[in-house]
Amino acid sequence: MTLDFERRLTRDWDDPSVIALEGYRAKGGYGGLRRALEMSSADLIQVVKDSGLRGRGGAGFPTGMKWSFVPMDTGKPTYVTVNYDESEPGTCNNRELVERDPHRLIEGTAITARAIECHTAFIYIRGEYLWQGIVLQRALDEAYAAGLLGRGIAGSDYDLDVVLHRGAGAYICGEETALLNSLEGLRGQPRLRPPFPAVEGLYASPTVINNVETLMNVPDIVTRGADWFRALGTEKSPGTKMFTVSGKVERPGNYEIPMGTPFRTLLEELAGGVLGGRTLKAFTPGGSSTPMLTADSLDVALDYESIAEAGSLLGTGAIMVMDETDCVVAAAERMVQFYAHESCGKCTPCREGSWWATRVLGRLEDGYGREGDIALMHDMGTNIMFRAFCALADGTASVINSSLKHFADEYEAHVRLGHCPLREAEALPAQEVAS
Amino acid sequence: MAVFDGPLLVEARSVIARYPEGRERSAVMPLLYLAQSAEGRVSREGLREVAGMLGVTTAEVEAVATFYTMYRLRPTGEHLVSVCTNLACMLRGGKDVYEAAHEAADMAHGQEISDDGMITLHEEECLGVCDFAPAVQIDFTNHDSVTPERMHELIAQLRGGEVPAPARGPKMESFRHASRVLAGVEPAGEARA
Repeated sequence: MTLDFERRLTRDWDDPSVIALEGYRAKGGYGGLRRALEMSSADLIQVVKDSGLRGRGGAGFPTGMKWSFVPMDTGKPTYVTVNYDESEPGTCNNRELVERDPHRLIEGTAITARAIECHTAFIYIRGEYLWQGIVLQRALDEAYAAGLLGRGIAGSDYDLDVVLHRGAGAYICGEETALLNSLEGLRGQPRLRPPFPAVEGLYASPTVINNVETLMNVPDIVTRGADWFRALGTEKSPGTKMFTVSGKVERPGNYEIPMGTPFRTLLEELAGGVLGGRTLKAFTPGGSSTPMLTADSLDVALDYESIAEAGSLLGTGAIMVMDETDCVVAAAERMVQFYAHESCGKCTPCREGSWWATRVLGRLEDGYGREGDIALMHDMGTNIMFRAFCALADGTASVINSSLKHFADEYEAHVRLGHCPLREAEALPAQEVAS
Repeated sequence: MAVFDGPLLVEARSVIARYPEGRERSAVMPLLYLAQSAEGRVSREGLREVAGMLGVTTAEVEAVATFYTMYRLRPTGEHLVSVCTNLACMLRGGKDVYEAAHEAADMAHGQEISDDGMITLHEEECLGVCDFAPAVQIDFTNHDSVTPERMHELIAQLRGGEVPAPARGPKMESFRHASRVLAGVEPAGEARA
């Protein structure tokens, strides 16, 4: 299959002029907002529903339906909160989307605000995106100066403020209710649902939380319509999707492809194939929290349904590629270390389980694995999965369970040989047993 | 001595004014960055003053400050060097880059600041630069596809008093300067781009 389609989200990536308002407008930018200001809230929600746009942050929830859950008659203000906390390991497409086209995010945010009659929107950007925050604040300042934000936007009688809020290094704040707590000045720990954010979100008011890529699709849907949007992708997963390909490939990068494109096409045509012509061993289809797949899934179509059928999740579209020289146990150890570090500490299975899992994976990789460690890992995976408050713990369990499922032999070899089979045998220090 | 004094107090008020009336507590994160920019870390006094401005307890502010890794409560070097060793970077040699950073800064593992006071090293989780792994940040500005050799050069420059130009965006003069930009009170961050 050769990829030939009209790029959408990345169509102006070769044209740095769109970073400035003037350049963005020269290409029709903010036309969607002008149109939205003439439409009713109900019509805006309907066109996004009809488009079939689904949330790009991981869950794939239908965007228009999410908006429709927001009650606008409670007497409380409504809020739009943009989730630009992009922190799932292996994911960086939101970073580049904003670097190269910041006004498209602002326009999508403003249209969303209009759809739910919101007058104050927040963009929550991860702290480490210092430069991207400068790019975005500069674009916001331009939009304010041009009357596209503030009082009476774009010549209408609609007021809208957009506030940039910087995070400070916590993966969990990408979880929407943790993000809301963080934005309210609390520790970023998830909240109990219900109530769902649509009803009681930011400041206990109705709130829509959308991912950056999701919102950047909205201006085109408003100007070109739902049918245009559906012309690419699959019936249930319409449109294009950004994928970040990293690890052992010739050309790591962010790539836009129609939903349903085979992984092989993305890997071989766009990412240049496995680094150095080596063999594909394993990959995560949607970031480190999604179950890893193997070369058997090389032809899986990249859309929500097909990846689920293959036993994993589309997640954030973060494909990390490992080749035959990479140790799965070492990779699992490093990924679980991440979840142990980022656990907010609220739930025991996550806080304690992820930590203990790093100890067992660590001793396996270092050559101190014991008989029974593999059964112990199975036990931990089973007891962490679905046993905590939010999905962070499931990420830990996914790494453990999927690596055991596909690479049981490799785990067993670590115990049997007393060292990592992919590393030269090293003399172990006597008596030193990690426990 | 007060942390928020004179111009910094005026800036703190402008930060609080970003949030809706009655929702001042939302300003705790940018105010912690502002306190950090003044002292090179967040001190007890900084926590107290932020609490005072927002009408919450010091414990409530400390609860936030200790939750996020980008607030430093202990003494910190002039520059914060962060090396990602998460999977995408690990597969491209990130762990070797992290070791090289220790060698270049003459630092043992667990040592918080280099002897010359210039460097604090941080083993990072995913920095969202997987397309240019291994990723390094110096005061939260990016250096792409860093090799161990390049890491030695970067640290040598920092120790010589020079800030290397990042791959994208402006230089941050120091960890303190970056903290000011993160608080959103440093428009000069743009001018230097």
